[in-house]
Amino acid sequence: MKPPPFDYVVPGSLDEALDLLGDHGTEAKLLAGGQSLIPLLSFRLAQPALLIDLNRLDDLAYVRAGTDAPSAADDGVLRIGAMTRQRALERDPAIARVAPLLAEALPWIAHPQIRNRGTVGGSLAHADPAAELPALAVALDARFHLTGRRGVRQVTADDFYTGLFATALAADEILTEIEIPAAAPGTGWAFLEQARRPGDYAQVGLAVRLTLDPSRACRNVRLVFLSVGDRPMVASRAAAALEGEPPSESLFAEAAEIATGEIDPTDDIHASAEFKRHLARVLAGRALTRAAQRAADGESPS
Amino acid sequence: MTDASRIEPRTISVRVNGTEHTATVEPRILLSDFLRHDLDLTGTHVGCEHGVCGACTVLLDGVPVRSCLLLAIQAEGHEVRTVESLASEDENGELVLHPLQEAFREAHGLQCGFCTPGFLLTLLPFLDENPNPTEKEIRQAISGNLCRCTGYQHIVDAVRLAAQHRGTNGARQAEETEAGEPPGRETRA
Repeated sequence: MKPPPFDYVVPGSLDEALDLLGDHGTEAKLLAGGQSLIPLLSFRLAQPALLIDLNRLDDLAYVRAGTDAPSAADDGVLRIGAMTRQRALERDPAIARVAPLLAEALPWIAHPQIRNRGTVGGSLAHADPAAELPALAVALDARFHLTGRRGVRQVTADDFYTGLFATALAADEILTEIEIPAAAPGTGWAFLEQARRPGDYAQVGLAVRLTLDPSRACRNVRLVFLSVGDRPMVASRAAAALEGEPPSESLFAEAAEIATGEIDPTDDIHASAEFKRHLARVLAGRALTRAAQRAADGESPS
Repeated sequence: MTDASRIEPRTISVRVNGTEHTATVEPRILLSDFLRHDLDLTGTHVGCEHGVCGACTVLLDGVPVRSCLLLAIQAEGHEVRTVESLASEDENGELVLHPLQEAFREAHGLQCGFCTPGFLLTLLPFLDENPNPTEKEIRQAISGNLCRCTGYQHIVDAVRLAAQHRGTNGARQAEETEAGEPPGRETRA
């Protein structure tokens, strides 16, 4: 279990990294936190000719949170540099205030030692359907900045994920920033996950976000599952069934049932597809209830 | 696969347990293997080699990381701390266990000891940040370290004991942790 031979380079700037990527294309692989890539190398599932190590790009590691009172100068958008360590984001004092869904979910990512090294952008770009961050980004309507030599383009998290470990990133682009828009007042959230042991990959997990409007009707509901499809699975029909309706246990049970028809779990050694559907139904009901409760209680928005 | 003979080995400088080491490595060499094979620091144990078991946990600039998920070349210019740095010599030249190691021994926090270095280096900064942890906090802190002997209960007991000891003579032990570097090792080329 040792990595195959590869060449290695540490660019000192983003421009240098982009030039290297442009010159070497698919022969090269970007090394961020390495918590997925290094095992892939050790298993020899990946055999790049060149590793481009992004770990000296300190200016891609930052968390910039908006304030509670968005102004002309402050759009309330949370901006996360792609090389921000997951642990740094988890510990950022602003996260609980501006993105409590992230604060709730980050401790579910693997173990502390992994989060100390793993990066936000690395996990998002790796696009493992069992990972938490891609599902969270979709649930939070995040926008990704994809930087190439010709400039930056923005892609929604929804459009970014195109299949199993597949994304909208071109071979010469680097994910550089993640933008998370400010949530509307009256927004509630919940993240739930079921695994054999805490820190293991989820059998099923999901992120829920919903807003209660002034008449106490559900608006802008997002249910996004992980580990039950080839990418983050958005239960849009379940969300549509809740739109404009007042929250209730029976309505949530109905939506959870609909959601089990919008996911695509497969049998694996940890759980059968049938059991995963069962878990998805139970977790969706609980998460919707919790999110609605938080929205009603007026806890800080996500 | 890339032809290994066409890859230029690199010279790296890494500070390990207070000693600067300069060595020539292939880019693909894992930090865990570098520590064990190049520096003969075999206290860092290699279990699963894919980031699951936590046995190879070391401190990189004071932060616990899995050394099997890092390339040695990435440690260039950084500071690594391994289990060999914990015990110190007393005035008679006798090796004295670190208080955390002593607590593991006292509470029977190890049996075969294979996983212990990873637990110790995970817990060292944890106890610095959480001098009086709850059982839940302890269990969360060690969630990324597998032990097949103890059932974890004795490890939790050991952490509590270590925390208690720190509480009673915290100042002295904090000092020891700072000063508890091993005698310098010869730098190998």
